[in-house]
Amino acid sequence: MKDVKCECGHVNPHGTVLCEACGKILDEEEKKKQLLDMRYEGSARRSQTYSKTIIDKIWNFFSSVKVGVWLIVITLIASILGTILPQKMYIDLPPEVYYEQEYGWFGKLYYQLGFHDLYGSWWYLLLIAMIGISLVICSLDRVVPLYKALKAQRVTRHEGFLKRQRIFGINTLVNQQDIDIVKERLKQKHYHVREENGDLLAEKGRFSRWGPYVNHVGLIIFLFGGMLRFVPGVYVNENLWVREGETALVPETGEQLYLQNNKFILQHYDKEKNKTFEKALERAGDVVKNYQSNVVLYKRSGEKIPGEKPKLEKVKDYKVRVNHPLTFEGYSIYQSSYRSEMNSMTFNLINKKTEQSFGELTINLQDPKEKYDLGNGYSVKILNYFPDFEFAKNGEPSTKSRVPNNPAFIFRMTAPDKPKGETSFVAIRQTIEPFGDNTYKMAFKGIGTKNVSGFTVRKDSSLWVIIIGGILFMIGVIQGAYWNHRRIWVQHKNGEVWIAAHTNKNWYGLKREIEKVLEDTNLGNPEDQLQSETTDKEGV
Amino acid sequence: MAALSSNLLFSAFILYLIATLFFGGSIKAKKDLNDTKTTNNWGKIAVFLTIVGFISQLGYFITRWIAAGHAPVSNMFEFTTFFGMALVGAFIIIYFIYRTTLLGLFTMPVAILVIAYASMFPRDISPLIPALQSYWLHIHVTTAAIGEAILAISFAAGLIYLVKVIDQTKSNKKTFWLEFVMFGLVTVIGFVAVSSIFAGAGYQEKFNWIDKHGNQAEIEYLMPALTGPHEGELLTKDGFKPLVEMPAIINAKKLNTVIWSFAAGIILYALIRLILRKRIGAALKPLVKNIKLDFVDEISYRSVLIGFPVFTLGALIFAMIWAQEAWSRFWGWDPKEVWALITWLFYAAFMHLRLSKGWHGEKSAWLAVIGFAIIMFNLVAVNLIIAGLHSYAGS
Repeated sequence: MKDVKCECGHVNPHGTVLCEACGKILDEEEKKKQLLDMRYEGSARRSQTYSKTIIDKIWNFFSSVKVGVWLIVITLIASILGTILPQKMYIDLPPEVYYEQEYGWFGKLYYQLGFHDLYGSWWYLLLIAMIGISLVICSLDRVVPLYKALKAQRVTRHEGFLKRQRIFGINTLVNQQDIDIVKERLKQKHYHVREENGDLLAEKGRFSRWGPYVNHVGLIIFLFGGMLRFVPGVYVNENLWVREGETALVPETGEQLYLQNNKFILQHYDKEKNKTFEKALERAGDVVKNYQSNVVLYKRSGEKIPGEKPKLEKVKDYKVRVNHPLTFEGYSIYQSSYRSEMNSMTFNLINKKTEQSFGELTINLQDPKEKYDLGNGYSVKILNYFPDFEFAKNGEPSTKSRVPNNPAFIFRMTAPDKPKGETSFVAIRQTIEPFGDNTYKMAFKGIGTKNVSGFTVRKDSSLWVIIIGGILFMIGVIQGAYWNHRRIWVQHKNGEVWIAAHTNKNWYGLKREIEKVLEDTNLGNPEDQLQSETTDKEGV
Repeated sequence: MAALSSNLLFSAFILYLIATLFFGGSIKAKKDLNDTKTTNNWGKIAVFLTIVGFISQLGYFITRWIAAGHAPVSNMFEFTTFFGMALVGAFIIIYFIYRTTLLGLFTMPVAILVIAYASMFPRDISPLIPALQSYWLHIHVTTAAIGEAILAISFAAGLIYLVKVIDQTKSNKKTFWLEFVMFGLVTVIGFVAVSSIFAGAGYQEKFNWIDKHGNQAEIEYLMPALTGPHEGELLTKDGFKPLVEMPAIINAKKLNTVIWSFAAGIILYALIRLILRKRIGAALKPLVKNIKLDFVDEISYRSVLIGFPVFTLGALIFAMIWAQEAWSRFWGWDPKEVWALITWLFYAAFMHLRLSKGWHGEKSAWLAVIGFAIIMFNLVAVNLIIAGLHSYAGS
């Protein structure tokens, strides 16, 4: 395709609507309009110029703001759907059970449509990806020609260009003094004033035109940062439960970090001490004031030797609280939950008839001993231990997990008068004697509990990319929203002085500024050609 | 301190009411609304009262902060009140850019409604749960509210535009939807009215009921129960017997409040129509006759331009920073987060439509109205209906 040479001598790329240098209308269609379409300065955009090949067509599809807006609107509606019922990460039952149980047929349908994991669904990610592509192509399609056009613009503009600006006025009888005053005032108002053949072009805030493109770049970086999460090793998100007094390996740290939990603390607000909150506390009941775990972080020193206990070096003491995670070498450890766990059970060995006690024993549920000797010939042996007891389908006792949620034992109690021992099955609130004629009994005395702190271990190496994207986006948005690109032309045409002005937004502000600049000169205020058309009419 | 604080809020509320009357007076008395150099005396008094009211409310905010030990933005009452204050603040700023008192006449009633609505929630100073104990509470919540308030100014300006531009001589879709917006505002008055009346009368009745997990629980109604709870058993003597019983899956108490509010809204609206003998939109039309359309259009767009970056910063960026610190992830698809994203996407679409499709004027005004509806949905419905990490204790 050939470039177009304007009568002013400037060579414009094929597809240009307004000459980049003088603004002469190069496209016949545009001449019919009373006002120019000044978006992108009438520059030659690829999408408006080529539409032959497949690449052209894809480019044109994604470069359209209309398509972009549709993508935004579809994403918006899809996002709404995901808020109707809780997403799967906020439920504590298997989704196939939860939705139907809680919300009936609607919940079931919601689950079947995959809306329980809407934001992780392939089509939602596809929408986001398409918005990303649209951002890139839309921006490239516009920013390059816009930059060229604004760079190539000359001071003196073509008559047709000036006449078709929204703000335009003609003055006869003008003396040079007034123009000099205007020029000075424009400079005072921080305009960059250029002069050519006595014609003026005052311009300010051009950089605000780049705002949208800067914020789009920020968004693209942000989305890219979000994608990095799928790269192995970039993102760590693990749960870690540590009992009070124990030390655990922090997962995904290459067996480097160990966390010792000294104490878990749960505090509630006290009505008596906090009089200010008295009424609110009466209404709401108990309100938690603090979740805290006092921990020590260790790092392994030296090589790992299989089968040997690692040597640990203390890194720091820390009180992990909500809003105050422990951070170390890119890892953050958050206080995320807690639970109270049965830790020990105490029994009395008694004679069933006389209720005489022959000794007491405490079983550590994490690590029960095989035999407890009570002296005087009395002893108890643990034949079997089920930390999380249930009857299996075949009716045999079994355990669901290693966590002592519902401990049960099979004891053999030995006494001087029962040297062979008696067998008894003991679970919480339940004693079964296989032969039904025992003399002795393991009487339940009490349980000991221990707190277990729940931590979230997080590492996110993509965070800095996301931060840069966010900062860039904010800069771009502010740049585009809080500044305006204003241009005022004061030019000699046919012995008259023509004034025209353009801004990318905030016309009212521009008009006020022109008023101030022209005050007390014999240059008249230019008219707003759009407003005079539409004032007080129905609609625009 | 807490008592002083409530008094300051109450005086601010009264001052806003009086200021609104003066804004009305300034419109009646003024010929050319686009003459921005002069504001008549009515207008000057109105703006003065608004500023005094704003300072008074600022006093409420500061004293309550001192009393509570944390910024009063931690529950439904406090947040919504702050939103009302931000709305007034945003109006004052926009007023000094464009100097139009007409905007005050449309913004102040919205702010008054917002504050009145806020006062229907428990007003006790409440302690902070661990997740809220962070200086980000102050930064994130206030910035988000200020952003939303500036965006809401575009709603007020959009409303002026629509009142002026819509032809009230014949009834059509446009007049219907404009009335719908008006009806929505009247319904808020309805809610405030019934809540205050029943609270003033000290009405309450208790039920035993069975929740969806089959557990028995007790529930207290503060309005006569039109919709009773699942298998509800009235415990209060002489209490109102529910007309219908709801299944356990529906929150019968909240539904009851909604029904009462709408009933009151419908009655109020009918009364207004009877008195005016025309649509509310038509009745407001004379007030806006002297303003230029593209002037209000610009105010509306400008508010979006000013508000959008503030909203993004407060409701998304600060929110993400805090979420990373408190919940270990900067984004978790919590309903409130998603609705902030939806609001953001909506205004992004708004600006693109304006820019590229030339959706100025009336279309843009409708979009401003929808945007405000989304913000209100996020404030009201997401907190009260859709449960999530953000849901405040509200009833």
